[in-house]
Amino acid sequence: MTTATASHDDHHHGPEKGLMRWVKTTNHKDIGSLYMWFAFTMLLIGGAFAMGIRAELLQPGLQLMEPQFFNQLTTMHGLIMVFGAIMPAFVGLGNWLIPMMVGAPDMALPRMNNWSFWILPFAGGILLSTFFMEGGAPAFGWTFYAPLSTTFAPDSTDFFIFAVHLLGFSSIMGAINIIATVLNMRAPEMKLMDMPLFVWTWLITSFLLIGAMPVLAGAVTMMLTDRNFGTAFFDATGGGDPVLFQHIFWFFGHPEVYIMILPAFGVVSHIIPTFARKPLFGYSSMVYATASIAFLSYIVWAHHMFLTGMPVAGELYFMYATMLIAVPTGVKVFNWISTMWRGSMTFETPMLWAVSFVFLFTIGGFSGLMLGIAPADIQYHDTYFVVAHFHYVLVTGALWSIIAAVFYWLPKWTGKMYNEKLGKVHFWWAMISVNVLFFPQHFLGLAGMPRRIPDYSLQFADFNLISSLGGFAFGASFILLTYIVIDCVRNGKPASARPWSSAKGLEWTLEPKAQYHSFNTPPSRALIEAESQNS
Amino acid sequence: MERKEITKGFWIKLFSAPILMFAFAYAMVPIYDVFCEITGFNGTTGRVDSEQQYVVDENRKVDVSFFAMTMGGFPVQFGPKVSSMEVIPGKFYTTSYIAKNNTDEVVMGQAIPSVAPTDAALYFKKLECFCFNKQVFKPHEEVEMTLRFVVEPEMDERIKDISLSYNFFKLES
Repeated sequence: MTTATASHDDHHHGPEKGLMRWVKTTNHKDIGSLYMWFAFTMLLIGGAFAMGIRAELLQPGLQLMEPQFFNQLTTMHGLIMVFGAIMPAFVGLGNWLIPMMVGAPDMALPRMNNWSFWILPFAGGILLSTFFMEGGAPAFGWTFYAPLSTTFAPDSTDFFIFAVHLLGFSSIMGAINIIATVLNMRAPEMKLMDMPLFVWTWLITSFLLIGAMPVLAGAVTMMLTDRNFGTAFFDATGGGDPVLFQHIFWFFGHPEVYIMILPAFGVVSHIIPTFARKPLFGYSSMVYATASIAFLSYIVWAHHMFLTGMPVAGELYFMYATMLIAVPTGVKVFNWISTMWRGSMTFETPMLWAVSFVFLFTIGGFSGLMLGIAPADIQYHDTYFVVAHFHYVLVTGALWSIIAAVFYWLPKWTGKMYNEKLGKVHFWWAMISVNVLFFPQHFLGLAGMPRRIPDYSLQFADFNLISSLGGFAFGASFILLTYIVIDCVRNGKPASARPWSSAKGLEWTLEPKAQYHSFNTPPSRALIEAESQNS
Repeated sequence: MERKEITKGFWIKLFSAPILMFAFAYAMVPIYDVFCEITGFNGTTGRVDSEQQYVVDENRKVDVSFFAMTMGGFPVQFGPKVSSMEVIPGKFYTTSYIAKNNTDEVVMGQAIPSVAPTDAALYFKKLECFCFNKQVFKPHEEVEMTLRFVVEPEMDERIKDISLSYNFFKLES
C-alpha cells in the first residue's frame, strides 16, 4: 500500500503493470472502465434471463420451465438489469467523464471509489448464487412485495437482502464521491452554470441516490428483521401492514427510475448539439427542468399503488402530481428538438442512438402518462402495458443513452475510432428489433395479459410470438455490439483529439486517448468559456 | 487560481445525509400509522370509548355488509352471524361473528379489520370488537364474538354501502 500511495503522488507515471493494476487502482479512468465492463457483463447475464423468459412465452402453454423458475428469471432479470447493468453503467460513465469535464485530476475520494466498485462483483455474485440454493433464487418480482418476500419466500432471500445492502452501499458511496468532486474539485474558474449537462444531471442524480438508496436499505433491513428476528413491520398479526412495505419501497422506487434516466438526459444533451452543429437550446432551462423532475420524483410514489385501496383524494393528488412531471420532461424534449431545428445534422452512430432516444423515450413517457391516470390504471395495472412502458423508458431510454455515450466517447477512452459502418448496421438492427420486441406488448397489456406469468390464454399467442422473435433478434444484436467495441479497442484506426468537429467540452482538449492523469493544473477561464455548452 | 481544500464540515454533511435517510425509512413506520388513523387510509377503522350522542337522522339508511377471511393455515372456521345490516348513522348496533376451532389444539389468532370504501373508514367507529385483543380458541369450541359499532353521521351522504371485513391471522404461541 505504501508504494501505491507514494507512486500516486508522482503524477507522471502510467498505470501499474499486470492484473493488480485493476484491483488496486484509484484512477477514475480505470475505475470507469471497470464499471463499464462489469455493467456490460451484467447486461449480457440479465439479457440471457430475458431470452429465457421470451423463449417460454413464445407459445402458450408450459414448454421449457417450471412456473417457479420462470418467476425466478423475471425477478433476477429485473434486479440484475436495474442494479447490475444500468446503474453501474451510469456510475462508470460518471467516473470516466465527470473529472475530465470539470477539469479535475481525479475523483474526490479515489480509495472509496475503488471500494465502491469492488463491492459490486461480490454483490452481483451473491445475488446470482441464489439460483443454486435450496428454494431457488428470489421469485417475488424485482419489487419484492411483502408478505411474498417475507413470510412466503425461501431462505435464499436473506442472501438477496445482503446483496441489495451491498449494492446500496456502492451506489451511495459513488454518489457521495460525485457530489464532492463536482462541488469541490472542479476547476476554480468554472461556475456552476458553466458545467456541462452530463455533470449537472449526475450531480442531481447523486442527490436522488443519497436520498433514495438508504430508504431501500431501510426496507430490506425491515424485511430481514421481520424474517429472522421477530419484528412485524409488514406482518398484520403483529400490528404491521404489508401496504407499508409498498409505501417504503416506492418512496425509494420512484426516485430510482429518475436515477436511471437523468444521466441519460445529460448524455443526449451532449450528443445532439454536436451533430446538429448548434449550441444546446435552453441550457439553463435544462438545468432547472432536471432539478424539478428530481424534486417531483419524491412526491409521486403512490401512483404505483392506485389499487391498494386509497381514498379518492389520495388518488387525485398522486395523479395530478404525476402529470406535473410531464411539464419539465416536455421542456427537455422540446429543447432537444429545438437544438436540432435547422441544424446541419449528420447521423453518425452516436447521433442515431441519441435521436432514437428522444423518439422512443417519448413514447415511453406517454405510456407513463396513461398509467398515471388513476381510473385508467385500474385496467392497466400489472399488465403487459406496464412492461412495455418501462422497457421503452429503460431500454430505449436509459440503455440507448448508454450505448450512445459509449460510441460518442469511445474515441476519447481508447484513442481509436470504432467501425462506423458496423456501428450503423448494429443501430438499425437494434432499433428495429427492439420495437418488434416491445411495441406489441402495449397491445397485449391493453387486451389484459398480466405480467409475470409463464403461460397465457390463446388470444395472446400472436403478439407474444412477434414479441419473442423481436426479442431474440434484439438479444443477438449485442453480439455485434461486443464485436464492435472489442474491434475498436484492438484494431481501431487512430482517432484525433476531437473526432467530432463541433463537440464541446474540456474532455476534447485532452490527448486523443485521454492521458492517465489529466488536468493536474486546472484549465483557464478562457478555455472553460470556449468549451462551455452555455453560450 | 488554486484548488480549494474540502472542509470537514462538508464531509460531515455529505455522509450524514444517507444516514438520516436510513433513519427516515424507519420513521415512515410511525408516520404511516398516524397518517392511516387520521385519514382512514388503507381502510383503518376508528375506535370510540363510550356511547357518544350523535345527531340522528332517522330517514338516512346505510347498508353494512360483513365479511370474513382467514389467512392460509388458520384452522378456525370464522364468519359473520348476519351477512348485512341496515343501520341509521349515529346509532349504535351490535352484531357478532362466530368462530369454531376444529382442531385438538389451542389456537391463537388476531383479527385485522378493513373497511371499504376507504372514505367511509374514518367514520366507522367500534366500541367493542374482538379485534381489539388476540383471541384464544380452545379445541372444538364454538364462540360468539361481539362487535358494537356506529357509523358517524358526518360521513359523506353519498355513501350508501359499507363493507367491513376481518382477516384472521394465526399467532404463534
